[in-house]
Amino acid sequence: MDKLAVNIGKLHLKNPVMTASGTFGYGKEYLDFIDLSRIGGIFVKGTTIRNRQGNDYPRMAETPSGMLNAVGLQNKGVDYFVSNIYPEIKDFDTNVIVNVSGSTIEDYVECTEKLLGLDKIPAIELNISCPNVKEGGMAFGVCADSAADVTRAVREVWNKTLIVKLSPNVTDVTEIARAVEAEGADSVSLINTLLGMAIDINKRRPVLSTVTGGLSGPCVKPVALRMVWQTYNAVKIPVIGMGGISCWQDAIEFILAGSSAIQIGTHNFIDPTISVKVVDGIKEYLDKNNISSIRDLVGALEI
Amino acid sequence: MLDLVVTENNQLNQSYCLIKLTTTDHSPLPEMFPGQFVEVRVDGSPSTYLRRPISVNFLDKAKNELWLLVQAIGDGTRKMCEYKKGDIVNLLLPLGNSFSIPTEKEGQELLLIGGGVGTAPMLYLGACLKEKGFSPKFLLGARSKNDLLQLDDFARYGEVFCTTEDGSYGEKGYVTNHSVLKNTRFSSIYTCGPKPMMVAVARYANEHRINCEASLENMMACGFGVCLCCVEKTSEGNICVCTDGPVFNIEKLTWIN
Repeated sequence: MDKLAVNIGKLHLKNPVMTASGTFGYGKEYLDFIDLSRIGGIFVKGTTIRNRQGNDYPRMAETPSGMLNAVGLQNKGVDYFVSNIYPEIKDFDTNVIVNVSGSTIEDYVECTEKLLGLDKIPAIELNISCPNVKEGGMAFGVCADSAADVTRAVREVWNKTLIVKLSPNVTDVTEIARAVEAEGADSVSLINTLLGMAIDINKRRPVLSTVTGGLSGPCVKPVALRMVWQTYNAVKIPVIGMGGISCWQDAIEFILAGSSAIQIGTHNFIDPTISVKVVDGIKEYLDKNNISSIRDLVGALEI
Repeated sequence: MLDLVVTENNQLNQSYCLIKLTTTDHSPLPEMFPGQFVEVRVDGSPSTYLRRPISVNFLDKAKNELWLLVQAIGDGTRKMCEYKKGDIVNLLLPLGNSFSIPTEKEGQELLLIGGGVGTAPMLYLGACLKEKGFSPKFLLGARSKNDLLQLDDFARYGEVFCTTEDGSYGEKGYVTNHSVLKNTRFSSIYTCGPKPMMVAVARYANEHRINCEASLENMMACGFGVCLCCVEKTSEGNICVCTDGPVFNIEKLTWIN
């Protein structure tokens, strides 16, 4: 295996750098900026069984070293994805992974079943951690029992790689991670955004239409890193780390903390070429330190 | 994504500056259309993490210069106003759609209405219209005389009318009260500025059956259609101002009903 290559379940990645759902559209939006074949994979926008208009504007607030968002899973629904988007992106020379979200277990299962026939989708990421929809998403991810229930139900119908995306808005993330591992998840990815808010002091009103929203960007990195490290020490399945990665050094930190692969999220907005720069930086780090495989670095934190 | 170098940064009044940029290697700037915008990476400091969307004020093809009119409002725009000649600035450009130029030359009476920093895209639009043989008119609104910017530049491309809220220049009042609207039968109106102004213009245009396009400035994180933060409610649902706009025909918006 190449020195940068890693496996997540049955999913083979040419390198551990992927892009996070909700920050990378469907990949095609980045074709002017980067060669997608240079990165390990892309996680497309959260997909639900039905068309969703998302939340009202304003949906965004800039914060020190980051941003709050309250998009609310705006997407055209899984049928539109299958018939209109998939044909456009299926031949990308990288792993295209669909982020699946829902309000009920039936939604998740039905949405997953519609993706079963798509040969070029090697994995799905179950989004049980979206903080911006009232009646679902995060509701599943903040309780071990419901996280286990939705994972079990989807596992029964999905035989390819199943990644479960975890919420940081919990008392003990390892409890949720162990629960989904026990139900057959091949990997966990974390963290989704941290619940936060911002206030316009002149209007005395919240900045976001939904009052609260999800915090992301470099400001969340220390929290994310801590949760990845705790989760790595609690489960046997590979961990995909994310949260505020904005340079290759951040990616190495996540790998040392136990990430087998990483996702870059918000920083794609600031530098649309960042994912390729991180791949190059990791490669140079391995060469410079005579490390023969990125796999030797996973969880290699010395305490 | 492109690094450009600052050739000039002129303070126009206490809160506005005009930044001129060119390529670092003398290669021609990419083609840009009126209404399009750029996303400026300010400096990556904690208070300016996101890029700042700024509309194309003018493209000086002879000098290979891009003009950005910037109003210092927050940390990002304040830092931009401090740019010095020779500074390198990273931009995503050009982004978004553009104003529609009429296909028919005959009988066109075009009015370009700008308010505040929203006058910025009207200069380049006016220049492009003039170049294509149209005779655009400009109607610029501001709080007072000191806030009316680039009047000499506008005058090169068409007749300029002004309103100020305090009456210190041009007619007193809002743009929608200006006498030019009563004296001329316009075929199209283009507008950019504060939302209440654009809504008033859109309602006026709708009442008088005048074709009207508005350029929106919703808050954005990315600028190229992936964050889905800058959405506007339209007849087609929530759509991104950055990629489906920033220019919309008012019929598509929900303002006039």
